[in-house]
Amino acid sequence: MIPLSWYLVVGALLFVIGFYGALSRRNAIAILMSIELMLNAVNINFLAFWRYLTPKEMAGQVFAIIAITVAAAEAAVGLALVIAVYRSRDTVSVDEVDLLKG
Amino acid sequence: MITQAIFIIVSLFTLVTALLVVRHPNLFSSALYLVASFFGVASLYVLLEADFLAVVQVMVYIGAISILIIFAIMLSKGMMGKHTSPHNQQDRWVALAGLLLAIILLYFLVALVQWPTTPVGPVPANAIQLLGQDLVGRFVMPFEIASVLLLAALIGAIAIAREREI
Repeated sequence: MIPLSWYLVVGALLFVIGFYGALSRRNAIAILMSIELMLNAVNINFLAFWRYLTPKEMAGQVFAIIAITVAAAEAAVGLALVIAVYRSRDTVSVDEVDLLKG
Repeated sequence: MITQAIFIIVSLFTLVTALLVVRHPNLFSSALYLVASFFGVASLYVLLEADFLAVVQVMVYIGAISILIIFAIMLSKGMMGKHTSPHNQQDRWVALAGLLLAIILLYFLVALVQWPTTPVGPVPANAIQLLGQDLVGRFVMPFEIASVLLLAALIGAIAIAREREI
């Protein structure tokens, strides 16, 4: 059987990869993709804890479902924002969207 | 033994494709690697015996979110402005911070805590039935709030991305 810590290691590494991508990419769509990776890492942890600690309670799975819902809503609104920014400023690079920069 | 081998292969696949998502210079390839990574995560869910979540992962992430991302890329393709590199100037520092975060997480996760190596019990045979009953019973409030959130996101996305005549 696979130890629980293995899943936690995979979740942590996936989260760090997403963290790196979210902070280092220029393209707004790439940043959204990295955020999706981070949310996936969180879901792996939810389900791993559910399976190993409380398999009879469905709370862990409900948590994961709600997290997936929020991720879907976030992706839809985020990509709509990217399209709106692209339309008004002709770029999707977050470095060039600096209206609020002092 | 065989499940451990499968787990290692699936996790390596997930992590390598995730790394390609954040490092690949071509955005479209990144999106395709993202699909592969989502698929690896769905396989991990299968290994965790969360069948329903695995199907939801494939349907929502691969079927909906990836397609949305690919559409957004096609609608804004080739518009990276004057920059040629896909990464910004703080690339190295972020990599360092990520490495530090990984060390901290792995230290506190693996070295400091004694995690169980086997599950406390089997998954009930009617797990999906229990999940459905919980969703409209014990967790009906989060369920309804999630549906309102989805509705708000739907309307908000249309309102934001709509072409306005000025």
